[in-house]
Amino acid sequence: MTMTGGEGPLNTRTWELDRAEGAGVQSLRDASSEPLSEPILEIPDDLKSNLLVTSVDALVNWSRKSALWPVTFGLACCAFEMIATAMGRFDIARFGMEVFRASPRQADLMIVAGTVTWKMAPAIRRIYDQMGDPKWVISMGVCATSGGPYFGSYSVVPGVDHIVPVDVYVPGCPPRPDALLYGIMALHEKIKKYQNLQNSPYSPVALANSASRNATDSSTESSVESSSDSSSDKIGEQA
Amino acid sequence: MAIVAPVAVENLTERLQVGVPDAVVEWNNYALWVKPSSIAPVSQFLCDDPELDFKFLNSISAVDFIEYFELSYHLTSINRHHTALVKTKVFGRENLSISSVYNVWRGADFQEREIWDLMGIHFEGHPNMKRIMLWEGFPGHPLRKDYL
Repeated sequence: MTMTGGEGPLNTRTWELDRAEGAGVQSLRDASSEPLSEPILEIPDDLKSNLLVTSVDALVNWSRKSALWPVTFGLACCAFEMIATAMGRFDIARFGMEVFRASPRQADLMIVAGTVTWKMAPAIRRIYDQMGDPKWVISMGVCATSGGPYFGSYSVVPGVDHIVPVDVYVPGCPPRPDALLYGIMALHEKIKKYQNLQNSPYSPVALANSASRNATDSSTESSVESSSDSSSDKIGEQA
Repeated sequence: MAIVAPVAVENLTERLQVGVPDAVVEWNNYALWVKPSSIAPVSQFLCDDPELDFKFLNSISAVDFIEYFELSYHLTSINRHHTALVKTKVFGRENLSISSVYNVWRGADFQEREIWDLMGIHFEGHPNMKRIMLWEGFPGHPLRKDYL
């Protein structure tokens, strides 16, 4: 439809903005036809038995999971269950999560609570991009998970995993606060399995690699840095 | 507390035929239909007439009957405690257009934009006629019966 209309001052001021917004929505919709895969944690076999890595990781993961701050992000009726989760009866503060941050810069967790429309999708993607790493996403309710009752609708995203990668899906319409708490605890279990030093240049494996290389060809160049960018390959070689 | 009752359609029709001749197409015991080309003078008359005094527009709704679109204007008079239902039929499927009643009732602003967004009926004279809920560039008008 090429009909444009209205010559009022509001129209002349906002028409170009609306066109730009619509173009952004349409391009995101065209680009996200397939769901993004879940961020899978792959644990190399030789890291499982490493005492230093496991104890440092346990400390880091424990501190991360114990203060998981959600970003305030309610889209529909699921938001009220999320709010109830934060209130005294269910008390999300038991997990150190009572601080719903209004800024994505200070948050670790995005609870996508409610129906995701295509017009809202660019805002979700922007908020997700603004959150600092490490960050996790919980898809709360069937609307955010798959579109739910609006599956196949002209305006609803068929699952927020088309927009951002999702860690935990919580079913329900809407899920009770108990279900959301269960999903949060499942995310805690997932965070506990993270291998944080896997790609670090100071991981024991990388240090061992550099030490062994120093022993073999006795070069004094910056072995730590050189081992950092291809540490995963060296892990495979060592294994 | 005053009872808000529908105004008798016969009285409304008689009065409207005096104020805006040749506007009313048909009527039954709950509503009257006017020509789509005369919706603007009819609205102005219904709002300004001291006996009818329809100063408040409850809603505009559009229904797709395949052959035509029917627009329903629900009106209320706050002072005289009566309501009325005025309808009009817009025939066709493509490039539909009808006069806006924004200049009579400001409450028509968002409702006419919503009808344009979802039904594809363009309101001439509206100061900001563009989509309200879907984004610009959305193909088609999704509440039409033949959408997808």
